[in-house]
Amino acid sequence: MKVILRNPRKEVEVSGQRRVKDLLTELDILPSTVLVIRGNELLTGDTVVGGDDILEVRPVISGGGGLPAPAVPVR
Amino acid sequence: MKCRKCGGRAALELRRHNAAFCPPHFLEFFRKQVAEAVHKHRMFTREETVLVAVSGGKDSLALWDVLIEEGYQTAGLYLDLGIFEYSLESKAKCLAFAAARGQKLVIERVADAVGAPIPEVQKATRRPTCSACGLSKRYLMNRAALEHGYQVVATGHNLDDEAATLFGSVLHWQMDALPRQSPALASTHPKLVRRVKPLYRLSELETAAFAFLRGIDYIVEECPFSKGATSLAHKELLNRLEESSPGAKHNFLFGFLEKARPAFARAEAVELQECSSCGQVTTGAVCAFCKLADQVKRRMIE
Repeated sequence: MKVILRNPRKEVEVSGQRRVKDLLTELDILPSTVLVIRGNELLTGDTVVGGDDILEVRPVISGGGGLPAPAVPVR
Repeated sequence: MKCRKCGGRAALELRRHNAAFCPPHFLEFFRKQVAEAVHKHRMFTREETVLVAVSGGKDSLALWDVLIEEGYQTAGLYLDLGIFEYSLESKAKCLAFAAARGQKLVIERVADAVGAPIPEVQKATRRPTCSACGLSKRYLMNRAALEHGYQVVATGHNLDDEAATLFGSVLHWQMDALPRQSPALASTHPKLVRRVKPLYRLSELETAAFAFLRGIDYIVEECPFSKGATSLAHKELLNRLEESSPGAKHNFLFGFLEKARPAFARAEAVELQECSSCGQVTTGAVCAFCKLADQVKRRMIE
């Protein structure tokens, strides 16, 4: 199957069948940080994928801001 | 995995709720959470017109979509940050969204107000980009709402955003920021509009799923300046915690709002006054935005 990753965009070929959650573990991706999309459907972690499937792994984390840690003075 | 409500095929698992939903029941769940937030914090009424701050991203467009569908009177506000292709694309998404739904979209250019687009502001002031951007957005949201006659501004901050902000505030014990962290900030001055966050009960995964299932065309690419942002590092930490302990983020945020926030409220109310330069509300003689704009102006002349 073909897996399309975003930010940065990258395509990887994965052979064999496995559950979505196992695929994400192999790709070192936390399940709560992405949508896994096949065509016009969202897939849950227990869905078995493989064969001719084309999956998009779309990140959901966004934002910016926050203060950097202030330097701790030496005493 | 089966939908908790109908037993059909689930599209999304919500581990913190120990539940999964099919698309129609997930959309119903999502709208209920927004309704609960609006009701609980008396965010706005059906008689008011809500100015929804939209960035072209999943959260703000999902929020606008829910409010339109629920029959609220809304208008969008897009702040053009002038961040190269990213701003061009995000503006196009907002314009298309508004046009398809027959909604008004107010557009304000940050460069017109601060004297330069965000990338130039960063160069001119050497201030972290996200800090100058956040300051400008808060200022311009309030100013636009006042100028166009809206009593309330709604933003697309979600549970993950709020938990990450809280985490950062606690990590550095920012005593001024903690009491201000709330899903609804009341107007405490005639020139300060109410600010609300109707998505604070919903996670980032849920807003993305909602936007996808509703067919909302949003910008998936991230702001080029967000790379390495502190809030993203905090989100990553919290997501790792959530993975091993579902509900951790929810309990962290909701526990603070319900149990701890009152303890951080200031004994004395902050005295607000009008900026001597622009007339907007501030705690000092000149507001932080005017100081930023002045700094940009001086550096541009040099």
